[in-house]
Amino acid sequence: MIPSAFDYVKPASVADAVTALRGGGEDATILAGGQSLLPVLRLRLAAPSLLVDLGGIPELRGVREDGDRIAIGAMTSYHDIVGDDLVRQHVALLAQATQTVADGQVRHLGTLGGSLAHADPAGDLGAVALALDAELVIAGASGSRTVTAAEFFVDYFTTAIGEGEILTEIRFPRYTGWGSHYEKFNRTAQAWSMVAVAAAIAVEGGTVAAARVGLTNMGTTPIRATGVEQALIGRPATPEAVRAAAEHATEGTAAPSDADAARDYREHLARVLTGRAVLAAAG
Amino acid sequence: MTTTTGPTAGAEVGRARVRKEDARLITGRTRWTDNITLTGLLHLAMVRSPVAHGRITGIDVEAARQLPGVVAVFTGADLDAEQGGIPCAWPINAADTPPRHVSIATDTVRFAGEIVAVVVARDAASAKDATEAVEVDYDPLEPVLDMEAALAEGSTLVHPDHGSNTWAFFPFDSVAAGATSGPTADEAIAAAEADPDAVVVTRRWRQQRLIPAFMEPRSVVVDPTTEQLTVWSSTQVPHVLRTMLGLTLGLPEHKLRVIAPDVGGGFGGKLQLTPEEILTVLVARRLARPVKWTETRSESLVSGHHGRDQIQDITVAARKDGSVTALKIELIADMGAYLGLFTPSIPIFGAFIGPAIYKFPSYLFTCTDVFTTKTPTDAYRGAGRPEVTFAVERIMDELAVELGRDPMDLRQQNWITNTEFPFTNAGGLTYDSGNYEAATAKAMELFDYAGLRLEQERRRQSGDPVQLGIGISTYTEMCGLAPSRLLGALGAGAGGWEHAAIRMLPTGKVEVVTGSSAHGQGHETAWSQIATDQLGVPFEDIEVLHGDTQVSPKGMDTYGSRSLPVGGTAVVKCAQRVVEKAKKVAAHLLEASEDDLEFTAGRFVVRGTDKGLAIQEVVFATFLSHNFPEGVEPSLDSEYTFDPENFSFPHGTHLAAMEVDTDTGRVTLRDYVCVDDVGAVVNPLIVDGQVHGGLAQGIAQALFEEATYDEQGTLVTGTFVDYTIPSAADLPSFTTERTETPATTNPLGVKGVGEAGTIASTPAIVNGVLDAIRHLGVTQVEMPCTPQRVWRAIQDARGHATQETPIDTHSPGAGLGSIDPNNPQGEVQ
Repeated sequence: MIPSAFDYVKPASVADAVTALRGGGEDATILAGGQSLLPVLRLRLAAPSLLVDLGGIPELRGVREDGDRIAIGAMTSYHDIVGDDLVRQHVALLAQATQTVADGQVRHLGTLGGSLAHADPAGDLGAVALALDAELVIAGASGSRTVTAAEFFVDYFTTAIGEGEILTEIRFPRYTGWGSHYEKFNRTAQAWSMVAVAAAIAVEGGTVAAARVGLTNMGTTPIRATGVEQALIGRPATPEAVRAAAEHATEGTAAPSDADAARDYREHLARVLTGRAVLAAAG
Repeated sequence: MTTTTGPTAGAEVGRARVRKEDARLITGRTRWTDNITLTGLLHLAMVRSPVAHGRITGIDVEAARQLPGVVAVFTGADLDAEQGGIPCAWPINAADTPPRHVSIATDTVRFAGEIVAVVVARDAASAKDATEAVEVDYDPLEPVLDMEAALAEGSTLVHPDHGSNTWAFFPFDSVAAGATSGPTADEAIAAAEADPDAVVVTRRWRQQRLIPAFMEPRSVVVDPTTEQLTVWSSTQVPHVLRTMLGLTLGLPEHKLRVIAPDVGGGFGGKLQLTPEEILTVLVARRLARPVKWTETRSESLVSGHHGRDQIQDITVAARKDGSVTALKIELIADMGAYLGLFTPSIPIFGAFIGPAIYKFPSYLFTCTDVFTTKTPTDAYRGAGRPEVTFAVERIMDELAVELGRDPMDLRQQNWITNTEFPFTNAGGLTYDSGNYEAATAKAMELFDYAGLRLEQERRRQSGDPVQLGIGISTYTEMCGLAPSRLLGALGAGAGGWEHAAIRMLPTGKVEVVTGSSAHGQGHETAWSQIATDQLGVPFEDIEVLHGDTQVSPKGMDTYGSRSLPVGGTAVVKCAQRVVEKAKKVAAHLLEASEDDLEFTAGRFVVRGTDKGLAIQEVVFATFLSHNFPEGVEPSLDSEYTFDPENFSFPHGTHLAAMEVDTDTGRVTLRDYVCVDDVGAVVNPLIVDGQVHGGLAQGIAQALFEEATYDEQGTLVTGTFVDYTIPSAADLPSFTTERTETPATTNPLGVKGVGEAGTIASTPAIVNGVLDAIRHLGVTQVEMPCTPQRVWRAIQDARGHATQETPIDTHSPGAGLGSIDPNNPQGEVQ
């Protein structure tokens, strides 16, 4: 439980953090809330030479309105997201999914940006970002760039964040008035998702007008269930129609097969949970 | 919340006092072993084998020795002459010498996690760093992982010198033992098979491997610079440890002091003489410096002893009217790689209680102890009794299904009725007392058994995707280990007595010294309550001392639900000695005859007068000894060693309402009611706490926990990400009630409660899961009943047999748990 030795800096600005990171070379790592990184360090599964702690940069925390977007600082804690009025009103799915992450202590320390940058496909918030078409702002030496969630998630533990870059903000379109639900399936209440489904649905006159569905832990990245979305749109939000649409849930997935859930079982769960998530979202 | 003012005899026992030790234990502002720091303290870190079975062909420690802060690195070759072998106190097999149980491997490793080198450094981080610089070469041998394959002819041998992977075969035949007359179980089963009016039900079940998973990791500090070499250890058994350390290392016992300071849980997992304790002592002596070893959580999971791990073949025979005629329990039990303190005997603890609360007219128990190349097994909460309780409570449900009977009704037909006590069961145990009818009636009412059966029927009729099952366990257990003579007859290397001493301090305050060794149970509060009633001094004036061989020189420690029935009784008897002594002094001071004195509420009063003395006044007069009776020793201090005449037999009825989501296989425990009869209750809060924790662990075996190995023999569940212990969020609010049928074998009437919840709950949960989905054709779900297992069982029963996808060798996406600690390169950014 003792990490290998590392150097540690706690810069006060994004610019200083970028400089520190670039100076640290490829063995430098960003420390956000530490809820994924610290266990890995303590098990000595990683041995970075330098930790750049973003905890001293106030501008990376908080939720604000930015035109038609809700912008969330990368270092905003899960706890603050769950309790934020803007998030609850306009990006309710994010608040719902965040509420299911681990336990209260982890939610006070863990951050949205840290979770997305870690890009564990079993993490809950990637599927939400993907389903809701979030944009991610990445700062580097030559300024900031913005990528879509679809571009952001590249592979298992791999994102579009380049060497010497920092994820600074996550921007969500407003889903005001949409129904949403995060359906999570795990072994114990505080365990990682075996499979989970993030769904946001707009129903008009009993018919699905728009649908966003994301899958957790059904591949090496979060996966957008586009087949399900297409099958839902224009159809009534009845159990029969939703279940039929949910049959498309495994399209394009490459689910892992492990001791808790072999691939065939995960695929079955994805279909069942998609039906439940969509029905709950459609109210 | 309760408080007391002044002495109130008879009022303390039974009071729901908040535990007086909790503030310091919960805040950690106390003496956990790892908190102890000594001048010049060095730190140890262990290098452990990643290989399950192999020959060590080379160890290069030079690079590690050169690292900053490193003081020394030792290998098996350096320490072998001194390390001896860890003894097995109850080998079961008396004919053979147990294979040498080394603390540090010399030429062969036999489980992944076995120690191959010890690094000593000035700080813990340097020691840990240096372990990575120790190079060990192994010539791999075939791992021995499957118990039945290990028993087969031609299997690779874990201990070639022993000549077999079978360590012991233990039979108990009720007829041979004289516990029953008439046909043996085998004869009764054969007769039933030939009888059209009888049934025979045979099942095979697995008790999965479990890990005790105590909260405080193990830690040892050794100071060799004092006259008595002092060992602080996070152990349940400081007294056993002192004696065993002395015997193993050839150290004179009077030159050893063992201290178990505050210990954060054990569950049997700290009932051991560990390799780490031995090595910490050896290194401290070699370097003549104080040293400390504290394990990491992953180290704890891989190297602290494991529990359970049995294959159970169970047969019951009955007449078609429901009356049982025979029970046969055949076990194969995994010892792991070496025999620890009680490894071979753990499954045997179940032998005698196998018939449970039922009047089996014949009974056969056998157990085959097998070596494998896995972490050694040993005591884990319940130790042998959960396994047989599972067997008998599950088979009673299977028999009820076979006969088309309500499972509670069938149990009632066969259990010992309240008027039949004392009753000698087919395992040869004499149950002194019990009232199964009362506990069951209370539980069924609290549970609304009839109402839930109706709901179950409605859901079946409507084809509800969420089905309801009712799980029953009407268990009994044997607690209060144990009558010494009986232990001796069974071949144990120790007695089962317990010791207490009481010191009456001049100011009237009291020190109660106990040989029990609390590690979270609340002894300090409960023993104070007992002593308060006996001595009539205020609760606050009593200090309970334990766990240090200088303070409490004599004891058999804490395990097997023994502390209260044995150690608590010793306190009662000891206090009675104090009062007897004080009475002589009081009679002298009051110028009265002893026969005319009454002792109530802490006062000696001359009967029929208002003349009297408080016990504190007698104590002070004894301290002065100015005016003292002739020929009487001027001390009220007393000791007592209590050896029980029998075990105690808690029992109870546990009922679980299980919901099974047939679409996903998810099992939810909706409601849990238990009515336990643990005899008289000293502190209801503590009893409830023990039952709650016990239930959580028993339910965890049924639904959540399993220690698994891969085909190379590596423990896969090496972190709490993979070894899934439940939290409060996974469990409902339990309904815990009691009936109180006092034990007749001790003056308190207590039976012990530490293991009841664990023993009772596992079969209740599994019976409930099966009851929910049996109508779909499911007859078996292995423990833990994970969603995937339940879903596959339902699919199979419905004729939609699933083709399980093979597990990926490296599976992305399962979070931290998917990262293989043995192959850590490159997964994490």
